[in-house]
Amino acid sequence: MFVRLGAAIAAMTLLSGAAFAQGKLTDPQIAHIAYTAGVIDITAAKQAQSKASNKEVRAFADDMVRDHEAVNKQALDLVKKLNVTPEDNDTSKALSKAAADKLAELGKLSGAAYDKAYVANEVAFHKTVDGALEKQLIPSASNAELKSLLQTGLKIFQGHEQHAEHVAAGLK
Amino acid sequence: MQPGRLRLIVAALAFSTMAVPAHAATITIVMENLVISPAEVSAKVGDTLELVNKDVLAHTATATNGDFDVTMPPKKTVTYVLKKAGTVDYYCRFHPNMKATLKIEP
Repeated sequence: MFVRLGAAIAAMTLLSGAAFAQGKLTDPQIAHIAYTAGVIDITAAKQAQSKASNKEVRAFADDMVRDHEAVNKQALDLVKKLNVTPEDNDTSKALSKAAADKLAELGKLSGAAYDKAYVANEVAFHKTVDGALEKQLIPSASNAELKSLLQTGLKIFQGHEQHAEHVAAGLK
Repeated sequence: MQPGRLRLIVAALAFSTMAVPAHAATITIVMENLVISPAEVSAKVGDTLELVNKDVLAHTATATNGDFDVTMPPKKTVTYVLKKAGTVDYYCRFHPNMKATLKIEP
């Protein structure tokens, strides 16, 4: 599983790297990527709410839904205020594709195997998004309010990564 | 003023100061943009912590030694009276990168 996970991350990194190499990301694209990352995590968490057996894992999934819905609402309010229409792009598409594949893969698992795989993917996914925020999205954002929301988003994602690591440690 | 009356007032004053701990204070701790401030603060047993959550996310103030675990809903303020002395590191269970320290004197 770790090999496949590694490959998925590599694919995501490669694809987002390729998208980034085409030129500087615009604010509407950055907003779309950040929002997409939130939606991906909410979808994964909703699957966990119905599939996870471990109490800590279910609680973690509840936390993810609550936090990412709150942040995405803030993001929507901001783009509305700034009169920006989020724009789909290759990075968003690559993230969504990798996430859909992962969701299908996790869907085939059950019990403790599912719990472990979901939490391991949460650690990996948050790490990937942290890297993208730090290296690409935040430096590329032009609007100060968008940049500031992304900076808060980074702290939230870093927090979730640590939280996921803590839950993962408890499953061993 | 009659001496008897004065004694009564003194007694009443003494009683009221005894009823409320002499140094009870309210200490405000703010959580905003996933940062706890101040990062380190001193307090005394009996003081009230006023935990202000300015984020749209729920946070907790969870002592690493298990002394307290307070949850703050988004955009809400929660109070907690300190019961035990000691230097306590605490963090947010939902976002463990949020950390701070409380020095609670007896």
